[in-house]
Amino acid sequence: MNITVCLKRVPDTETRVRISDSGTSIDPGGVKFVMSPYDEFAMEAALRMTEASGEGEVVALTLGDTTSQETLRSALAIGADRAVLLNGEVTMDGLATARALASELGEADVPLILFGMKAADDDQQQVGPMVATLMGRPCATGVSSFELTDGTVVCDREVEGGTERVELPLPAVITVTKGEFEPRYASLKGIMAAKRKPLEEKEAQISPARITVEKLEYPPARAEGRIVGEGPDAVPELVRLLREEANAL
Amino acid sequence: MAGKFQGIDFYDVDGLLSEEERMIRDTIREWVEDRVMPLIGEAYIERRFPTELIPEIAEMGMLGANLPEEYGCAGLNNVAYGLIMQELERGDSGIRSFASVQGALVMYPIHAFGSEEQKREWLPQLAAGTKIGCFGLTEPDYGSNPAGMITTAKKTDDGWVLNGTKMWITNGSMADVAVLWAQTGEIGDTKGIRGFVVPTDTEGFTATDQKGKLSLLASDTSELHLQDVHLPDSALMPETTGIRSPLMCLTQARYGIAWGVLGAAMACFHEARSYAVERVMFDGPIGGKQIQQVRLADMLTQITQGQLLALQLGRLKDAGTMTAQQVSLAKRANVNMACDIAREARRLLGANGILVEYHSMRHMANLESVYTYEGTHDIHSLILGQALTGIAAF
Repeated sequence: MNITVCLKRVPDTETRVRISDSGTSIDPGGVKFVMSPYDEFAMEAALRMTEASGEGEVVALTLGDTTSQETLRSALAIGADRAVLLNGEVTMDGLATARALASELGEADVPLILFGMKAADDDQQQVGPMVATLMGRPCATGVSSFELTDGTVVCDREVEGGTERVELPLPAVITVTKGEFEPRYASLKGIMAAKRKPLEEKEAQISPARITVEKLEYPPARAEGRIVGEGPDAVPELVRLLREEANAL
Repeated sequence: MAGKFQGIDFYDVDGLLSEEERMIRDTIREWVEDRVMPLIGEAYIERRFPTELIPEIAEMGMLGANLPEEYGCAGLNNVAYGLIMQELERGDSGIRSFASVQGALVMYPIHAFGSEEQKREWLPQLAAGTKIGCFGLTEPDYGSNPAGMITTAKKTDDGWVLNGTKMWITNGSMADVAVLWAQTGEIGDTKGIRGFVVPTDTEGFTATDQKGKLSLLASDTSELHLQDVHLPDSALMPETTGIRSPLMCLTQARYGIAWGVLGAAMACFHEARSYAVERVMFDGPIGGKQIQQVRLADMLTQITQGQLLALQLGRLKDAGTMTAQQVSLAKRANVNMACDIAREARRLLGANGILVEYHSMRHMANLESVYTYEGTHDIHSLILGQALTGIAAF
């Protein structure tokens, strides 16, 4: 079965980001960008699916500028068969992104479309379900494992305190969480082969963003620790502070 | 503890790398972070090479990565290969040594000097990590002077008989196959030295662990004993032509070392810088003291110089113009640099620096071996001296 995985290029979650002078975006200087970790789980899920069945191709799709080529190459390196870059600006407007992706996906008509559950940068969890809605397809979110049966996909979703099993007719859209999809490392041969795999660039059909970022702020600096005393003598004061200041007791 | 290692790149050396080279480096860096860093301290204390890493090292294609794809290797260029060595040694010199020996000292000679049958039999298995190899050149009394070796190979009607002892052999005890060098003529005949591919289960071949090491503890270092080891004619590597052949192998391994030690130096610098800005003594972080700032500035300068040296060496190797003397210069300079940085990093870390939870002292101890093996620092000085004056001092 052919599977398309929609990816996003995000700052490495280990990177300490700085707010740019404009105050509405992060300064990309010195920041390492990677495939969003949830999208890695989606890639892993897609690769396992096609490897197990021995048929079908995995296509990596993203909206972004030319810097996203690198993210698509890493998808090709771990095993995607080809990649498509929709040239267009990624904004906070998830619907604009979803429309651009849906218009591309509508042409391709793949039975299974995978997303990471959320992008590691904006955490919005919008685009997957929106694409499903625009395409009139069923959608399961936060899927930790799934199985294809004849014409349907059975998904386990991680819900509060347990697992929920749902069944969707194909074609469908799934957003994936880590679950059992521990991503593989690219092999060195895979990295070299990535260069020879097709990476197609197209202009995105994208509408202007209707959500704009007003302001970014750093979280408040953590106050310094305080030593309230030493030994057993300090316990009453510690308990008082935990109760009255920290409201922890 | 230091944050996630993200490399050192003060001079935008990344801008001199191709996208594939960067991707390969980043992939191995990630793997080392996930797989090597969590276990290396304990493996070191337990004095064991972490064999559990071998399947993934092989699966990713790290073994003999610069050898051609037709024998199951990754076919990378030499810069990418060097970057792999750098990232492995960021973890530990023992891990890099394992890969260096398998790739540069076992797979390379079989590829360069072996018969087609030897290549077909061994290279795919060595690349896949299902067979491990070692390289036996050094002897107890013939380290810097390998041409004087006294291990002999005597011709018989249908093959060869080997006798002798090889020392300081990385991977020796766990190896399935040994590339052994022996004198087929009179002792001292530089043209008489030939190479043999020897399965370690051959009768008369035994390996014993080197006891009492204080360096490279997470590495298998062994002594090999050859007592009437009978080999068929097909064990001889037909293209070996004298002492020049093993020296060509050493050039390959030294090339990898020139890159590898950059990783060890980067690991120490990364740890020292993180510690300097976090560790508070007197009235503020010790990174605010001039003495530590000088230390860190020196480290950064030396690493940056070493990076550019290794990279240009790699470009020369890929262009096919690299000389053995250029490799000597880089091995000598970069290992010395890494030794200095590891020692200074350990000192910056104060008492904490002697603990295995930190990495600098482990690197410091390891690098003393790296300084000594694959041509000691002193021998490389003499190689350069000979290149400069035309007079051999050894």
